[in-house]
Amino acid sequence: MLNMLTSMVVPLVICSVAAYGLYKKVDVYDAIITGAGQGLKTMIGIVPALIALLTAVYMLRASGALELLADFASPLLTLIGIPPELMSLMLVRPISGSAALGVGSEIMGTFGADSYIGRVAAVMLGSTETTFYTVAVYFGAVGITKTRYAIPAALCADFAGFIAAAWAVRICFG
Amino acid sequence: MTMAVIWTGMVVLAVICGVITGNQGQVATAVVDGAEAAITLALSMGGMICLWTGVMEIMRRSGLADQLSKLLRPVLLRLFPSVRQDRDTLNSISANVSANLLGLGNAATPLGLEAARGLSRQSRNGVATDALCMLVVCNTASIQLIPTTVATVRASAGSVSPFDILPAVWLASSISVGIGITACCIFRRIWRK
Repeated sequence: MLNMLTSMVVPLVICSVAAYGLYKKVDVYDAIITGAGQGLKTMIGIVPALIALLTAVYMLRASGALELLADFASPLLTLIGIPPELMSLMLVRPISGSAALGVGSEIMGTFGADSYIGRVAAVMLGSTETTFYTVAVYFGAVGITKTRYAIPAALCADFAGFIAAAWAVRICFG
Repeated sequence: MTMAVIWTGMVVLAVICGVITGNQGQVATAVVDGAEAAITLALSMGGMICLWTGVMEIMRRSGLADQLSKLLRPVLLRLFPSVRQDRDTLNSISANVSANLLGLGNAATPLGLEAARGLSRQSRNGVATDALCMLVVCNTASIQLIPTTVATVRASAGSVSPFDILPAVWLASSISVGIGITACCIFRRIWRK
């Protein structure tokens, strides 16, 4: 039931927006065409930043740097109450959404989806975003090259989310 | 300069680690793959961006966007005090936040980009304003009520009830967003323009 509902959200939103627009006597078709044209400009604006960033991300992933970092930092994690098995997930999460999903489902497969570690992995995935990608897309689209404190602040949020995930699962599932 | 340091750092780290782990070959292939993936991603996202910018335009012309932002106005004006005079941008931010809450990630990005374009009118020489940083940080800390993708992954990994993590996700993402906003408020005082 919930699955059917969530899968229908997008079509329903579009459909009701269009119906409401027509009811308000808006030229719905002209509006969506005009908007889509603007969207095209936005899309082209993103491309340069994506090329730079994805190249670096792919290189980093291929180099094995994330695994090296994971070995190095796992003792620190135990100190703040996060299972060290989740290190690789935390490193990948801000960098690549699809890789994080891959690592996450691997962890859930290994430890069990309903185990403590499996649940924390799921909560980590659900409560954070692909930070670097988001930053590149947003600032790229509007031509901002000096991002000031956006990345440090976003990484603070991610890290807080990771610690909170470990705690929240402990609170909710005892 | 933050991006310059981070980007160079990533590339340098990749080359050094590639040599250490003996993955030089893969690192070289990754250069080609990464650049190619950027174009593929932009193309695959492009349709959604155009479509949702169009849907936003309908919402704006029909007054739906105004109603939505009236609902979220008290919270949003506190986070983005500079858009008080700018109704269109406030509307885009509300649409972005609503889409995020509904878990419509594909719609949230185009709507957020629309908002970013409005906010960027106040920035000069490619320097991010406080409001832009706040928008980006709010979008990097995912605020969603129903994380469908994760639930799907859990289901395929054999979870008995994939949605039982919802309360924990809500708790964790509220903390994450809260810390993100707090970090913005602290950093904006100490970071030079």
